[in-house]
Amino acid sequence: MIQWRPVYVICMREFIKFFREKSRLLGTLARPVLWLFVVGNGMSSLIKPQAGFSYLQFIFPGMIGMTILFSSIFSSISIVWDREFGFMKEMLVAPISRTSIVIGKAISGTFISVAQAVIILVLIPFLGIQITFLQFIEVVGVSVLVSFCITSMGILIAARLTSFDGFNIIMNFLVMPMLFLSGAMYPVTSMPPALRHLTQINPLTYGIDAFKHVLLRNGTPPLGPEFPIMLDLAVVTAISLAMITLAALSFRKKE
Amino acid sequence: MPVSMSIITVNNLSKQFKSLTAVDDISFSVNEGEVFGFLGPNGAGKTTTINILCTLLSPTSGTAAIAGHDCVARPDQVRASIGLIFQDTTLDTGLTAYENLKFHAYLYNLDHKLTGRRIDEMLEVVELTGRKNDLIKNFSGGMKRRLEIARGLLHYPRVLFLDEPTLGLDPQTRNTIWEFINTLRKREKITVFMTTHYMEEAENCDRIAIIDHGKIIAENTPAKLKEMVHGDIVRLVTEDNARAIAEIRQAFGITAKEENGGIFLEVERGEEFIPKLIHGLPVRTRSVNLQKPTLNDVFLKLTGRTIRDDVLTDDKETTREFVRSHRRAQR
Ligand SMILES: Nc1ncnc2c1ncn2[C@@H]1O[C@H](COP(=O)(O)OP(=O)(O)OP(=O)(O)O)[C@@H](O)[C@H]1O
Ligand SMILES: [Mg+2]
Repeated sequence: MIQWRPVYVICMREFIKFFREKSRLLGTLARPVLWLFVVGNGMSSLIKPQAGFSYLQFIFPGMIGMTILFSSIFSSISIVWDREFGFMKEMLVAPISRTSIVIGKAISGTFISVAQAVIILVLIPFLGIQITFLQFIEVVGVSVLVSFCITSMGILIAARLTSFDGFNIIMNFLVMPMLFLSGAMYPVTSMPPALRHLTQINPLTYGIDAFKHVLLRNGTPPLGPEFPIMLDLAVVTAISLAMITLAALSFRKKE
Repeated sequence: MPVSMSIITVNNLSKQFKSLTAVDDISFSVNEGEVFGFLGPNGAGKTTTINILCTLLSPTSGTAAIAGHDCVARPDQVRASIGLIFQDTTLDTGLTAYENLKFHAYLYNLDHKLTGRRIDEMLEVVELTGRKNDLIKNFSGGMKRRLEIARGLLHYPRVLFLDEPTLGLDPQTRNTIWEFINTLRKREKITVFMTTHYMEEAENCDRIAIIDHGKIIAENTPAKLKEMVHGDIVRLVTEDNARAIAEIRQAFGITAKEENGGIFLEVERGEEFIPKLIHGLPVRTRSVNLQKPTLNDVFLKLTGRTIRDDVLTDDKETTREFVRSHRRAQR
C-alpha cells in the first residue's frame, strides 16, 4: 500500500537536501565533463570515427549513463546514512507503510538523476551532435527508466547494508564494474567473451544502448547501438520492476 | 467501567537476541495520564522494551498493546497513537527546525490547515520560535532534545515515549527539559512512558518499574519504593558524641554509630524523630542532617549494586558518548 503524502514529503526532503549540498551537484557534473574531455579526447586519436560517429560522440550516451549510475547509487545509499544517523527511525515509527518509504526514495532518486542527466545535455553542442526536441523528450524518457532501475537496485542494496564499510565494497565491486562493463567506454561486441557475458547481464548496458539509439541515430555497431531498442527498454523495465519489488519486500522485515 | 483505563498493557513479554535475553518475561500496565518510568542500569533492556512497544522490534514471546491495539497485529494503529523521543537523536541535521516538524506532520497525516499553527504552537512551548529556520546542524544538544519533544507531540499522540530524554545533557539543561515535559504533559493530557538511569529523573514519575537484566524487580510509586529501605538516616554532630550515643540508646532504644566526627542513626520518619531527639538529648547538638533514602538505595537493596556504580564501571556509556560527539564533529 502506498500513501502519497508521505511519498511526497520524503521526496521534498531529498530535493531540499540535494539543492543544499552544492558539492554533490558539482561532483556529479564535473565527472562526465572530465571523462569526456580527458579520456574521450585522448582515445579519439586511437579510435577512428566510424559510420559517421566519432569516439567522443560514442561515449556521450555512456556519460549520461554514468551520471545516472552515480547519482542514483548516491541517492539510494542515503538510506544507510539515514539509518546510521537515526533519521530512519523517524520514518519507521510513523504510521506509514514501508512501501511508501521505498517509493519515496525511488521517486526522489529518479528525479535527481534525471535532472542531472538533463543538465549533461548542455554539452551536446560541444560534441557536434544535433538533437531535435523529440529526441530530447526521448532522452528524458529513457533517463527516467534507467534512473528508476538503478535507484531501485541501490535501495535494495542499501536495505541490506548495515554500515558505511559496505559502501566502499559496493562502489569498488559493483558500481565501477557496472560502469566499465556497460558499453559506456568500449563497444560490447568488441569485448572478450567472458567480459561480454558480464556486460550482457548488466542493466546499465541496455540503458546506455537505449541512449545510443536516441542520440546516435542511424549509428551502427561498434560505435552505434548494439541491441534492438525494444530489447533495451524491455530489459530495463523488467529489472526495474523486479528491483523495486525486492526493495519493498526487504524493507518489510524486522527483527 | 474501571476507574482508570490502562493505556499500555504488557503481558509476559520477552525478547531474545541469539543467546542473550534482553527482556525477560515482563508484565506491567500503565494507566491513562500517568508518568511511568523504567529505571535500570545500562543494558537492562529499557530501549529494547520501547522498541517492541513502538513496533520497531517484534517480541520473541508475550504480548504488548497500546490504546487497545496489539503492537504486533496492528502496528499502524499503535504508531498513530504514540510519539517517540529516542535515546539517540533522530532529527535530520541537514534540515531546519521547521522542515523537521513539517516532515513529521506529513508523515502523521496532520490536517493541512492545522499544520502551520500547530508547528508554531509547539515551537513556542519549547522556546525555539526564534530558531525556526535554522539548520539542526547548528543546534546544541539541549535544543535538539527540545525540538524532538515538540516533534514527538506534534501529532497529538496519546502516549509519549521518552528514552533517556536527558542523557548527555548538563544538569541545568536537564532541568529545563523536565520543565517542558511537565508543562506539555499537563497541556496535552498525555501518558508518558520514560526510561532513565538518573535517580533524580525517576522522581518525576508517578510509578516506577525497576528493571535489571531484563527483569522487572520492583514496581511501585517512588515513595512506596523508598519505604522498602527501612528508615531515613539522621546525622548529627554533638559536643560529646560518645555520651550522645549512650543517651540515645537509653532514651530511644536505637543504636547510633560514630562516623567522622559525628554520629548517625537509622529511623523511620526522620523528620518526626528529629524534634524528639533534640528535645530528649541532654548533650548540646551542633548540627543535624536528615537523609531520605533514594531510589539508588532501593536499587542497592534489591540487587546489591548501585546503578551509579554500573555506570562508572561500564565503559559502554563513555564509548557511546564518544561515538556521539565523534558523529557530531563529523557533521
Ligand atoms: N539488536 C540487538 N542485537 C543484539 N543484542 C542487542 C540488540 N539490541 C540490544 N541488545 C542487547 O540487549 C541488552 C539490552 O539492551 P538495551 O538497549 O535494551 O538496554 P538499555 O536498558 O536501553 O541500556 P542503556 O541504558 O545502555 O540504554 C544489551 O545487553 C544489549 O547489548
Ligand atoms: Mg537504552
